[in-house]
Amino acid sequence: MQYGLTDEQEMIAATVRAFVEKEIYPHEALVERTGEVPQEIAEEIKRKTIELGFYACNFPESVGCAGLCHLDFALVERELGRGSMALNHFFGRPQNILMACEGDQVDRYLMPAVRGERMDALAMTEPGAGSDVRGMTCSAKRDRGDWVMNGSKHFISGADHADFVIVFIATGEDMTDKGPKKRITAFLVDRGTPGFTIRDGYRSVSHRGYKNMILEFDDCRLPDAQVLGAVDGGFEVMNTWLYATRITVATMSVGRARRVFDHALGYAAEREQFGQKIGKFQGVSFQLADMITEIDAADLLTLAAANRLDQGLPANREIASAKLYASEMLARVTDAAIQIHGGMGLMDDFPMERFWRDARVERIWDGTSEIQRHIISRDLLRPLGA
Amino acid sequence: MKVLVPVKRVIDYNVKVRVKADGSGVDLANVKMSMNPFDEIAVEEAIRLKEAGKAEEIVAVSIGVKQAQETLRTALAMGADRAILVIAADDVHQDIEPLAVAKILAKVVEEEQPGLVLAGKQAIDNDMNATGQMLSALLGWSQGTFASELDIDGDHAKVTREVDGGLQTIKVKMPAIVTVDLRLNEPRYASLPNIMKAKKKPLDEKTAADYGVDVTPRLEIVKTAEPEARAAGEMVPDVDTLVAKLKEKGVV
Ligand SMILES: Cc1cc2nc3c(=O)[nH]c(=O)nc-3n(C[C@H](O)[C@H](O)[C@H](O)COP(=O)(O)OP(=O)(O)OC[C@H]3O[C@@H](n4cnc5c(N)ncnc54)[C@H](O)[C@@H]3O)c2cc1C
Ligand SMILES: Cc1cc2nc3c(=O)[nH]c(=O)nc-3n(C[C@H](O)[C@H](O)[C@H](O)COP(=O)(O)OP(=O)(O)OC[C@H]3O[C@@H](n4cnc5c(N)ncnc54)[C@H](O)[C@@H]3O)c2cc1C
Repeated sequence: MQYGLTDEQEMIAATVRAFVEKEIYPHEALVERTGEVPQEIAEEIKRKTIELGFYACNFPESVGCAGLCHLDFALVERELGRGSMALNHFFGRPQNILMACEGDQVDRYLMPAVRGERMDALAMTEPGAGSDVRGMTCSAKRDRGDWVMNGSKHFISGADHADFVIVFIATGEDMTDKGPKKRITAFLVDRGTPGFTIRDGYRSVSHRGYKNMILEFDDCRLPDAQVLGAVDGGFEVMNTWLYATRITVATMSVGRARRVFDHALGYAAEREQFGQKIGKFQGVSFQLADMITEIDAADLLTLAAANRLDQGLPANREIASAKLYASEMLARVTDAAIQIHGGMGLMDDFPMERFWRDARVERIWDGTSEIQRHIISRDLLRPLGA
Repeated sequence: MKVLVPVKRVIDYNVKVRVKADGSGVDLANVKMSMNPFDEIAVEEAIRLKEAGKAEEIVAVSIGVKQAQETLRTALAMGADRAILVIAADDVHQDIEPLAVAKILAKVVEEEQPGLVLAGKQAIDNDMNATGQMLSALLGWSQGTFASELDIDGDHAKVTREVDGGLQTIKVKMPAIVTVDLRLNEPRYASLPNIMKAKKKPLDEKTAADYGVDVTPRLEIVKTAEPEARAAGEMVPDVDTLVAKLKEKGVV
């Protein structure tokens, strides 16, 4: 394992951080209050990100992007994690699963997505199928050479702004020793396709303005040209391309935790009770010590997992550990930050309560903490036959 | 035209500075350092001159400790073409005084023959506001300080200066030294492709001795102290009381 970042990596992180502080922070209060990102602000963030060459920087140079390695990209997302997710959605990072585009899909989806001309969303989850992705009932059946889709998806982030959605759908079932097993295919579905509706989802306590939507398919007809990857190859594209996305949750949790920590540290050094700074009380100072220790640990765990991907080493367990630990760390850190702020920590005059609410979803999406523990423990025990 | 831009590594403007226990200066160990904000404005202006076709090459130069390399990389990532690092100290706490900096810059100017030196009006650490002026004296070049607008036209430059009470516009002969003020421009972020390219741009390393300049401090720092905490204000019920209080204190 290597330690230490290069000057170049430090500069990437510093630049994104400066961008978030100047271009994202000032709009956060508005998004919190209204639950919406005004169109002109979204466009401005997107335009500036494109100008700076950061748009789709997770995509390779072969499609005109920066081609950042996993570690560099983790640094970008760590600093983005400081800011509102609703706003930094427009610091576009399309799903890298789009690299599976073939033929004219490249010009219809991949290239417009990385240029910021068309935005994507990704849909797997259904009301009846969350952690258990294979339990999905949304299905596509063959009809006169096309596919006809029926069913619904929910919790689909960013679908309100999406021009097209990458949808995972059951295209059949195989009998195995363990019972029936769904075959799954990924489809590219354009907004406006007849039989396809995107409607408002639920109001979430976390990340106001970063909406989750409901997708409905009602005899939605798609030609073969809309299949991403191979028919029945949904799990292959998922495993090839979505493997690394759990690092996003881990690294963004670290960035946000650092922002929260700075507030708590500053408050402890200013606020006086009993005639002295509350930071002088061990009850407060030791909390700060624990917070920073956990933040640094999560940071290193996450960057090490990203580095393993860059080295071409297996990283499934390490990514799961990073996602698990960083998201749970963020819960503890935001809770402690409120405690240090006393009653004011709960008031929306301070951003503490928002960070605390936002932290809650990190333990749920992209695989719950339990699912991460499942991945970690299976990785350890399966080779031993247990 | 070639533009030379001196950039200084200073304590980041967001850092809450702490005086060292022995009062000898500000504690710089383990604190975040950045490019002096006025120098960032100078780099930005140089890039704009290049984009406008008025400059061909931008050379950034930093004088100080080896770590000033990071500051130069930032200048390169913003858009400078190459950099010169002049190592003049080993200890981050040793400040190189304006006269020594100006003397080294004069030698660099001799070597590089720029048509313009664009510098910050001052560094936010010691607020000396002297280097540009001293360099102008050493070289015998014209100077325009506190620039809030710069317009280069052939062998002359029009410099709008922020002075007490308003704006003054002067015309100076090129080559010149222009020191820049806050409102000249808003520096850009480094773009990702430029960050990636910065590593490949040339960065020459020199020492103060290479230029035969003695950087021994001539000033003695007697004491460094935190500014006094501001006394709490006082609430008054109405304007009459306010006026009475002010009179009492002899302010009006
Ligand atoms: C705001 C938000 C945005 C989202 N965005 C998207 C998106 O853009 N696209 C998308 O496809 N999905 C998205 N999701 C879905 C997200 O990935 C799921 O919520 C997550 O996978 C959990 O599924 P579930 O909510 O149905 O919970 P369930 O799977 O029903 O889990 C309920 C509980 O049971 C536990 N559990 C389940 N199985 C096991 C097991 N085997 N062992 C132990 N415990 C278990 C879970 O850990 C959890 O505690 C989003 C979710 C939210 C909340
Ligand atoms: C919703 C709400 C309703 C309220 N209603 C009322 C009300 O009706 N009437 C009323 O009078 N008050 C009320 N309060 C005030 C409440 O009792 C105070 O918020 C509480 O006593 C904490 O004080 P503080 O918020 O100023 O935090 P602080 O006292 O500033 O504490 C900040 C942090 O420092 C820590 N700390 C402080 N001193 C020490 C020490 N010696 N050792 C270790 N740690 C220390 C605290 O534990 C905390 O973590 C209310 C508060 C809230 C949030």
